[in-house]
Amino acid sequence: MSEHQHHIKLPEGSIEKQTTTLNLGPTHPATHGVFQNILELDGERIVSAEQTVGYIHRAFEKLAERRPLYQITPITDRLNYCSSPINNMGWHITCEKLLNIQTPKRVDYLRVIIMELARIADHLICNSIVAVDAGAFTGFVYLMEYRELIYEIYEEICGSRLTTNIGRIGGFERNFSVAAFTKLEKFLREYPKVLKEFEGLCNRNRIFMDRLINTGGISAERALNYGFTGPNLRATGVDYDVRVHAPYSSYEDFDFIIPVGKTGDNYDRYLVRGEEMWQSLSIIQQAYQKVQEFKGADAEIYHANVPEYYLPEKKDVYTKMEALIWHFKIIMGETAIPKGEVYHAVEGANGELGFYLISDGGRTPYRLHFRRPCFIYYQAYSELTKGAMLSDAIITMSSLNLIAGELDA
Amino acid sequence: MSLTNQRIKERLIEKFGETVSKFEEPYGLLSFETPKENNLKVLQFLHDDEELKFRFLTDLCAVNYPDEAGRELAVVYHLHNLTDNIRLRFKVFTDIQQPDIFTASKLFSSANWMERETYDFFGVNFIGHPNLKRILNVDEMDYFPLRKEYPLEDQTRIDKDDAMFGRGGTIV
Amino acid sequence: MRPVRFNIHPKEADIKTAVSVVQAPEGYSGEGFFTAKLSDVVGLARKNSIWPLPFATSCCGIEFMATAAAHYDLGRFGAERMAFTPRQCDLLMVMGTISKKMGPVLRQVYLQMAEPRWVLSVGACASSGGIFDTYSVLQGIDQIIPVDVYVPGCPPRPEAILDGFMKIQDLVGQESIRRRNSEQYRLLLESYGIQ
Repeated sequence: MSEHQHHIKLPEGSIEKQTTTLNLGPTHPATHGVFQNILELDGERIVSAEQTVGYIHRAFEKLAERRPLYQITPITDRLNYCSSPINNMGWHITCEKLLNIQTPKRVDYLRVIIMELARIADHLICNSIVAVDAGAFTGFVYLMEYRELIYEIYEEICGSRLTTNIGRIGGFERNFSVAAFTKLEKFLREYPKVLKEFEGLCNRNRIFMDRLINTGGISAERALNYGFTGPNLRATGVDYDVRVHAPYSSYEDFDFIIPVGKTGDNYDRYLVRGEEMWQSLSIIQQAYQKVQEFKGADAEIYHANVPEYYLPEKKDVYTKMEALIWHFKIIMGETAIPKGEVYHAVEGANGELGFYLISDGGRTPYRLHFRRPCFIYYQAYSELTKGAMLSDAIITMSSLNLIAGELDA
Repeated sequence: MSLTNQRIKERLIEKFGETVSKFEEPYGLLSFETPKENNLKVLQFLHDDEELKFRFLTDLCAVNYPDEAGRELAVVYHLHNLTDNIRLRFKVFTDIQQPDIFTASKLFSSANWMERETYDFFGVNFIGHPNLKRILNVDEMDYFPLRKEYPLEDQTRIDKDDAMFGRGGTIV
Repeated sequence: MRPVRFNIHPKEADIKTAVSVVQAPEGYSGEGFFTAKLSDVVGLARKNSIWPLPFATSCCGIEFMATAAAHYDLGRFGAERMAFTPRQCDLLMVMGTISKKMGPVLRQVYLQMAEPRWVLSVGACASSGGIFDTYSVLQGIDQIIPVDVYVPGCPPRPEAILDGFMKIQDLVGQESIRRRNSEQYRLLLESYGIQ
C-alpha cells in the first residue's frame, strides 16, 4: 500500500469531488498484452480499478480434450510464451507422472538447463520492461541481445525460437549438439557481465528507486490469501518455491538459494527477479558440469526407454518391425494410457504452474485444467493500486509480469 | 510428529463422520469427496485447525461428467499446507439442473476469479459470490462452452469446411 | 555431428563501400531540375517512413519485440517511431490471436486510422485463426478489416516479419495517389461494412 503524504486535502464541501473514469484499454503499447483496466481516478490517484480479462481467450482447456497427450505440448507453449520451455517440460513431467515413466539423470539435467534458461529469458524481459516503463529504454535493447542468444540455443535443440514445443514425453527429441553446448558456454561467459551492467544502470539509480519503492506493495498474509506464488510472493517474504518444496526433474541435486524480499513492493519484485537470474546462472553452471561428467554411451542418452510413449527413430521405423508397430500404436492412440487424476506443479517464471489432468484411459485427456499463476494474482491488482498514482499503477502492472497468454488461456 | 495423509484422514473422519467419503491417494495426493452443502465447513475446518493448516487454495476448477445422473458437475478444490508441505484435493458433486455451490471467496480471495471462470465454463452458480459474471468469454455468450455436449469449433463460421479439416463425419 | 560453423569469421562493417542509397524514381532530369511522376515521389517518401502501430496481442508480439530490438532492427526501414496511437500511424501490424472479444476493439482501432492506411497481419492466428479453431477465436482478421499483406508463421521469424514489411513497402511505393478516393476502394470498404 502506498502512503498518501502528498495528497492535497480539499476543505469539505468546497468543490464537487468527482472521479474520472479512465479506460486503460486492451490496446497497450506493444509490451504487455491485452487486458483492460477501468480506473476511477481522483485527479492522479486511483480510487478503484476493475479488471477485464479474456481478450485473448483461446480455449486451451477445451482444445486439449481433442488432442492426444503429445499434441498438447504446442498448446502449453502458448501459456507463458516468454518462457515456453518451462510450460512444455511441466506438461511432459505431468504426463510422465501419469504414465509412471522415470527419466534418466542426464535427461533431467538437460531439462534443468533448458528450464533455467527459460526462466532467465522471462525475468530478463520483465525487468527490462519495468525499466522501459519507468523511462529507461537502453537496458532493454542491450538485454534483448542475450535473449536472442537463448533463442539460438533453443533453435539448436528444437528448431524454434519462441514457442518451442521442446522435448517429448520421456526426454528430448534429439541429443544436444556440440553447437548447442558451444552457444551455452558463450552465454554463460558473456551474460553475467551484461546483467551486471544492467543492474549498475538501474538498481541504485535514484530515479528508478524513487519510482519503484513503496509502490504496489502487499503484505505476506494478503498475498497468500490471494494465491500469489513465484517471485511476487517471494518479494513479500514467503520463501515458497516449488523447485525446493516439491522437487521435480532432479532439482534436489542442485545447490541454490531462494531470494526473498521484505515489503512486496515493486522494487522488491524487481530485485527478487534480478537475484533469481543470478541463481539460475549458477544452476545452469552446475547442471552443465554434471552433464559433462557423463561419458561414452551414457552421453548419448537423451530420452527414457519407453517405446510405448516415445516415438522410435525414423530410420528404425522404416527397417524394423517392432519400431513400425510402436509408431503405429502411438500415433493411432492404441497405447495404454492409465485412468487416473494427477496434479503436478512446476515453478514457472511467474509462480506455481499447475497441470490437473484427468484421464479416462482414452487417447485424449478427459479434462485438463491449467493452474495459471498470472490469472490468480492479477485479482489483487485493484488492492495493489488503491490510492496509487496512475504512473505507479503502470509500473505495478509491468512488475507483476502479466503475460496475456497465461492470463486467459 | 509430521502431518501425514493418514492423520489428515483420521481428523476429517473424526470431525465429519460419514459425510466425507471416497478417500483415495492417487499419485500420493489425498483426495476425498463431500456433499456440496458441506464444502464451506470442510474448507473452514481445514483452514482454522492448528494441526491441519491448509491455508493456501492452489486451484479451483470443475469437471463435467455427463453420464452420472445427479452428479454431473464436480467442483474440485486443491489445497496446500505450506508449512508442512502437504497437498490435498476434495470434490463436491452437484446436479446440472441446479448447480448451486457456496462460494469460497470470503475465505480465500483467490477463489474469486477462479469461481468466475468455473461459472463461465460450466455454469456452476456460486451462492454469495460478489460478482458472478463471465470472465473469459464474451458477456453475451448464452451457453457454457466446456460442458461435454458442446463442440470445440464455432458452429456459425462458414469459411472452413469441417470435412476438409478431418473433423466432419465419424472421426472426432 | 554438425560442425560448429557460426560466427567464426565475423563481418566487419565497412562504411565506405557498404552504403546503400535509395534508388531515385524514373524521371527526366536536366540541369537543375528533375521531373518524375508525383505518385512515384510520394510513394518513395511514404514507403521509407512508415509509422507502424504494433497491435501485439500474444506470442507474435514477443517476436515483434525481437524484430524491433537491436538484432533485427525494424528502425532501419524507417519504422523508428512506433506511435501507439492509431490517429498518427500508417501501418496497423496485427500480431497475435484476435479473439471474438477483441474483434470490435480491433475494428475500432482500424476505423480511427486516417487514410492512407495499410494492414499487415503477422502470424497464423491473425491471418486465419492459426491452430486455434475454437469457439472464441476469430478465424482471421480479414473477417472484419481489409488486410494488405499476410505473414505466415507461428510465430514468424523476425526475418519473415521484415519480409512482410518490405512487401508493404512495395505496395506503398507503387500505390496510385488516387486509390483511396476510387470507387473500387469504396466498394472494398463497404464489403466490410465501413463507410
